[in-house]
Amino acid sequence: MDQKPFSQGLLSSEADSQRTLYPYVTGTSVVALKYKDGILMAADMGGSYGSTLRYKSVERMKSIGKHSLLGASGELSDFQEILRYLDELILYDNMWDDGNSLGPKEVHSYLTRVMYNRRNKFNPLWSSLVLGGVKNGEKYLGMVSMIGVHFEDNHVATGFGNHLARPILREEWHENLSFEDGVKLLEKCMRVLLYRDRSAVNKLQIAKITEEGVTVSQPYSLKTFWGFSAFSNPTVGAEGSW
Amino acid sequence: MFRNQYDTDVTTWSPAGRLFQVEYAMEAVKQGSAAIGLRSKTHVILACVNKASSELSSHQKKIFKVDDHIGVAIAGLTADGRVLSRYMRNECINYNFTYESPLPVGRLVVQLADKAQVCTQRSWKRPYGVGLLVAGLDESGAHLYYNCPSGNYFEYQAFAIGSRSQAAKTYLERRFENFMGSSREDLIKDALISVRETLQGEKLKSSICTVAVVGVGEAFHILDQETVQQLIDSFELVREDEPPAPEAGDAVADQSEASAPVAEEGAAPMDI
Repeated sequence: MDQKPFSQGLLSSEADSQRTLYPYVTGTSVVALKYKDGILMAADMGGSYGSTLRYKSVERMKSIGKHSLLGASGELSDFQEILRYLDELILYDNMWDDGNSLGPKEVHSYLTRVMYNRRNKFNPLWSSLVLGGVKNGEKYLGMVSMIGVHFEDNHVATGFGNHLARPILREEWHENLSFEDGVKLLEKCMRVLLYRDRSAVNKLQIAKITEEGVTVSQPYSLKTFWGFSAFSNPTVGAEGSW
Repeated sequence: MFRNQYDTDVTTWSPAGRLFQVEYAMEAVKQGSAAIGLRSKTHVILACVNKASSELSSHQKKIFKVDDHIGVAIAGLTADGRVLSRYMRNECINYNFTYESPLPVGRLVVQLADKAQVCTQRSWKRPYGVGLLVAGLDESGAHLYYNCPSGNYFEYQAFAIGSRSQAAKTYLERRFENFMGSSREDLIKDALISVRETLQGEKLKSSICTVAVVGVGEAFHILDQETVQQLIDSFELVREDEPPAPEAGDAVADQSEASAPVAEEGAAPMDI
């Protein structure tokens, strides 16, 4: 199963066109944390086509059933496929009409099975998923990667967020964050990602899920500061450079 | 029920709109030895009479653990019951693997009922000859269901199936209104008394009955012989001294007047 770039194109085997080899339109990091009343999740609205920031109004977080919220990074068409699977799952769950409903833990497990099974067939859904929710007062926050690695934690992030946001969260997260503090913390993480992640766009949404339900904020932008003196004369230390 | 020309196939209707093969399957349930179930808000108890075919043989297993939160007691063709228990266990395990969560008992019961219905509508199959009392927990609390060979299922506060189950049902009918708020111990006591009702005077011993419990915070398990015998002894003794419950007042009064403390002498009150 080695990649052979030269043999793509005219010589790519038919079998290869039946499975995912690379992602094409991708979303970047999702960051989420548990707070006093539930889960807060943030994701920007960018869909990159390679290095082009092509789509700038992509909603990468969606509510699932009554109790869960799903955020995804990676291939966006795979995220849409996953949403279709979950739609069907929730539909059948609702059709039972019996007072039982799938909570975030169940949805997370189901997604893990789906991702892992696809990975086993060498045809992954090229997404990293963040699943958060509240059911019967219990908060749940988990992550599933494209190869089926899954875990639960008090704060999670995907993609670049793992490297840039999680250290901040490890330092500053604590139990029973208020809503305002949670949002401030998420914005801090998203700002760092905006500065440092090439595929980030300055248009984000923050979603919250509590026992009452899901609310996704309207898109908004973060204030940034670029007035560093080093930027006004960048070549001062290297004569002749530009 | 008499033999008639419409009872050969399960796919043949009678002019009166009956499927005789299905009804005969339900007869098989009535011939099996008794099984009883009752539930409160937080616990469900299953109890059954275990008859061995001879003194030399062991008793038939009639209560099966399906999952930590679900158990089933059967009456009728035990072989059919075993197969259905295996199906139920499989469904529970598969659900648990995918969702890391216990299968709600209400959903399992519907799947079981649909499985039974298939056998009432295929000419090459026969209905399952077993009635199942399914006891389980889900989000909305403790539940007791009865699954019929016809593919119907009902939820019950308390129920009894099998031979001489009417005696138990009569006892339960008198007491069921209190069950929702009963403690675990009271429920078990009521279950044992119901089992005794079906024994028609035979002495109630832990060797001929099996009791199983499932409850909030308590996984489904079958009580061992000693525990059951102790429970039997404890309520038999109480019965000798004073009336344990308002309903059974009359019967107990007779008992304590008439016979000696040894339960072997006096017959159990027959309220049929």
